[in-house]
Amino acid sequence: MTDSRSHSETIKASLKRRNAAERRFRFYGMLAISFAVACLGILFFTILSKGISAFQQTYIQIDIHFDSEQIDPKKLADANYQGLVKKSLRGLFPEVKSRRDKKDLYKLVSSGASYELLDMVRKDPSLIGKNVSVWVTADDDVDMFAKGFIRRELPENERRISNKELSWIDKLQSEQRVKKIFNTTFFSAGDSREPELSGVWGAAVGSFFTLLVTLILAFPLGVAGAIYLEEFAPKNRLTDMIEVNINNLAAVPSIVFGLLGLAIFLNFLGMPRSAPLVGGVVLALMTLPTIIIAARAALKSVPQSIREAAVGLGASRNQVVFHHVLPLAMPGVLTGTIIGMARALGETAPLLMIGMVAFIVDIPGGITDPATALPVQIYLWADSPERAFVERTSAAVIVLVGFLMTMNVLAAVLRKKFERQW
Amino acid sequence: MLIFFFMLAIIGSSLLAFHFGKKKALSLASGHRKSLHSLPEHYGFYLALYLSVPAAVVFFGWYLSEAAVLEWLLKTNLPEGALPTDPAQLSLFFNNVRDLNDLTLLQGKSAPALPFAVEYYQSLSRLSDLTLIVALIGFGSIGLTIGWRTLKPSLKARVKIETFVRCTLIISSVIAVLATVGIVLSLLFESLRFFQLVSPMEFLFGLEWSPQIALREDQVASTGKFGAIPLFAGTLLISFIAICIAAPVGLMAAIYMAEYASSRVRAFAKPLLEILAGIPTVVYGFFAALTVAPLFRDWAEQGGFQISSESALAAGVVMGVMIIPFVSSLSDDVITAVPRAMRDGSLGLGATQSETIRQVVIPAALPGIVGGLLLAISRAIGETMIVVMAAGLAANLTANPFEAVTTVTVQIVTLLIGDQEFDSAKTLAAFALGLVLFFVTLILNVIALRVVQKYREKYD
Repeated sequence: MTDSRSHSETIKASLKRRNAAERRFRFYGMLAISFAVACLGILFFTILSKGISAFQQTYIQIDIHFDSEQIDPKKLADANYQGLVKKSLRGLFPEVKSRRDKKDLYKLVSSGASYELLDMVRKDPSLIGKNVSVWVTADDDVDMFAKGFIRRELPENERRISNKELSWIDKLQSEQRVKKIFNTTFFSAGDSREPELSGVWGAAVGSFFTLLVTLILAFPLGVAGAIYLEEFAPKNRLTDMIEVNINNLAAVPSIVFGLLGLAIFLNFLGMPRSAPLVGGVVLALMTLPTIIIAARAALKSVPQSIREAAVGLGASRNQVVFHHVLPLAMPGVLTGTIIGMARALGETAPLLMIGMVAFIVDIPGGITDPATALPVQIYLWADSPERAFVERTSAAVIVLVGFLMTMNVLAAVLRKKFERQW
Repeated sequence: MLIFFFMLAIIGSSLLAFHFGKKKALSLASGHRKSLHSLPEHYGFYLALYLSVPAAVVFFGWYLSEAAVLEWLLKTNLPEGALPTDPAQLSLFFNNVRDLNDLTLLQGKSAPALPFAVEYYQSLSRLSDLTLIVALIGFGSIGLTIGWRTLKPSLKARVKIETFVRCTLIISSVIAVLATVGIVLSLLFESLRFFQLVSPMEFLFGLEWSPQIALREDQVASTGKFGAIPLFAGTLLISFIAICIAAPVGLMAAIYMAEYASSRVRAFAKPLLEILAGIPTVVYGFFAALTVAPLFRDWAEQGGFQISSESALAAGVVMGVMIIPFVSSLSDDVITAVPRAMRDGSLGLGATQSETIRQVVIPAALPGIVGGLLLAISRAIGETMIVVMAAGLAANLTANPFEAVTTVTVQIVTLLIGDQEFDSAKTLAAFALGLVLFFVTLILNVIALRVVQKYREKYD
């Protein structure tokens, strides 16, 4: 009796300590989850706050006289549009005289402005001989200043824009010659050395071609492999080996697939460098195990009774699989494929190995053209020193993560809509 | 675009063959469908396969070999001195030949043989296209005739097709094995060439890594320093930091989700963790280089000491955040797999929930958790983009997380990006590093999968 009382007293005495430990433990758990969620929040906030401004671009209005003496309607491309832009800028600021100042003045406008003029004349040759006021792309430093990333209060030698340039921009602004509008260049151009002329379209098209090759190869191969392993393969050492192999392949670092692509596809088979074809094949090998594992899980979840019913009605084993089991497993297979594709879309390292990091201005037109991909473009821009490329990089991240989220949401919706409880 | 046109043509004609095969089978049976061995569709498939398989084989063979064959023809038929001798110049020359379709654009191009070569190349490629079309039609129709001739009601079309399908399935499942074989062979082959230049002992146990020197002095690789220990140490340091972040946070998050969280919290937190897992590594790398590394540097400066802006700490911490969801989802799985009865037993004896978790659930789930952590370590070791963007290039042999270190993956990328000569020890070293990386991660994975599997068997 006394013994049990002393026991319950010890327990009672320790209860406070134990409950405190319980609360502490629970708190650690909450802390861990909040830490992870906070990291996600900080990441998104940083990228969004740095990148959102790239969706706008600063333009400067200048008055261009399309001199009919300088522009030959038959040789539109040969005219000196740069000269027209310079002349117009000189007209706006007649007080600028010295050579060095003029050079600085010309730098207010992007070097792409001359191509914008060429495009205008190409579209409408009747402009020749007329005076037109044109909105041309501003230089990236002006753009950064207009967006407030270069602060006026800084001492002159610490900012990329000198006091003189500042006064010119102020004058342009007071004459309403500076505006910020939606940045169409960013969504229609390829890469460029000039931040204001660069865009993600080239990389997006490259990613599209790469993923197309990946999908064409990995989806049928993955599904077929999964069907064989799950539905037909006899249980023996060979199939065990294949299974272990696939599981291990799924965990091989992605850069190793790049080395494989470099050694076999580029050096041994002599396929073209920087091509979405090779990138797609490498990524297909990488996503293959993901798709096989997902497809096998989906096939496994189809109940045995379906197969037995079909066999009972006289279907052959192929008919059982292709007419009954596979259609029922398809939502799961597609979900796995989309997730695999999303991973392939975000993958960078193997593409670096096979030369998809080249500086490519042109929009690729096919799977053998040199191209880069969205994540590689992010990597390339992240390396560039210009302030304006930080903004572009963040914006490209927003675009990439947007695509990935869409794909993942699609997969989740698909799973929710077609998931069946047997 | 040509490739899509040909594929469409093959698919289209196969559809036609399917239709006519089915029709022929029906007309042969003349209304008595029971006299057919298989369904009419099977005969259609039979005919379509006889058409499309030879055509597809011809087409892909041509597609893979065309460039090489044309180049070879060009090389043998151009006059001797007309081609540049330097291999780099030669490949540039061939690129020019391939890309120029308008001879008027040719002004100022250097090689004198170019105009002739371009013209010759164009005639060749026209010829090649023509041959392809003829070959496709030829082989396709030979197949079609054989199929048409052998198509009889007694033909076991279904059996034949099912054998064909079965073979395709087997081949598909073997492709994954081929990929592994390809990886091992290519890594081994290039590494062997590397080990002919640099001894394996020096590579594995050397303390100094400076591959650039070998290139600059244009000498045999033995003068370059290829001791990979600093890289291994750097990789381990960064992975260690990452695991120090990911293991406690991931494990506690998993415990909270599995044992405490209400279904509403779960429904909210789980997708968020999945998003964290789905963010591409290049984004983490950008984040590490742009935000985290400068932040750490500023903090350190306020604290009065210097840390490198490419410190191992920044890369390691961000990598840790990246693998949190990996650890948490694997641990979540094993924790929920622990049988309810074990928890109930412990709770029934008066243990609090945290005591139950610490003394019953975790020990029971330990093998699975350890397996998950091993997988996470292997993931951290093989991770590339974060370290490429946020860690340094200098191979310092240090255990100080505030200094810049480099890793195996960073070196592979820097050695292989840009111009490569394929015989220099510098590029081959990347393959040797890749081989080490592959085997280390493979061993970790095999152990981890073993452990997890054993554990599953115990409770299933």
